[in-house]
Amino acid sequence: MLAPGQKVRVKLDWPETRGPCHIRTPHYLRGELGMVVRHLGNRPLYHIAFDLAGVWHEGESGDEILVELYEHWLEPA
Amino acid sequence: MDKDVPRAMHDLGGAPKFMCEPVDVEPHALTDFDREVDAIRQILGMKKVMGVDELRRGIEAIPEADYHRLSYYQRWIRSITDNLLVRGVITEAELRAALAAEK
Repeated sequence: MLAPGQKVRVKLDWPETRGPCHIRTPHYLRGELGMVVRHLGNRPLYHIAFDLAGVWHEGESGDEILVELYEHWLEPA
Repeated sequence: MDKDVPRAMHDLGGAPKFMCEPVDVEPHALTDFDREVDAIRQILGMKKVMGVDELRRGIEAIPEADYHRLSYYQRWIRSITDNLLVRGVITEAELRAALAAEK
């Protein structure tokens, strides 16, 4: 179970290159560093915040991207 | 940012083409076909034949060339059809007969 505030890194993995699969972890977030905001419901699913500028090289300081990600995609960072 | 690895066709966030082409965000009118496909999906859900996750899984399994050729609801009906065939709810012979009757 991940705690709010914990730093995590999205796995740098590409299952879609190994054959058809169901993927909800965006391509653009693989390998990116984020922070756990909250656990969602009864699933191993979390809101993870990413620094906008770090991912997209645009926006202002403090801007963030909030994405729902499953725990098995996240590694402690 | 854009990692040099092939992406699944439905995973469009950050795809370079959307950085160069403006995205059409105008509302689209639904056709009778669109409404009918949506109704079929809802009935299948209510009858516990097929859920939205299976719909999505089926959409993501459409061969890429077909995926890009099909409209939003055409992808839905393709996925629904594939799911119903796999589950044996309908047979390929029944599907072909029904399609032939439409012509």
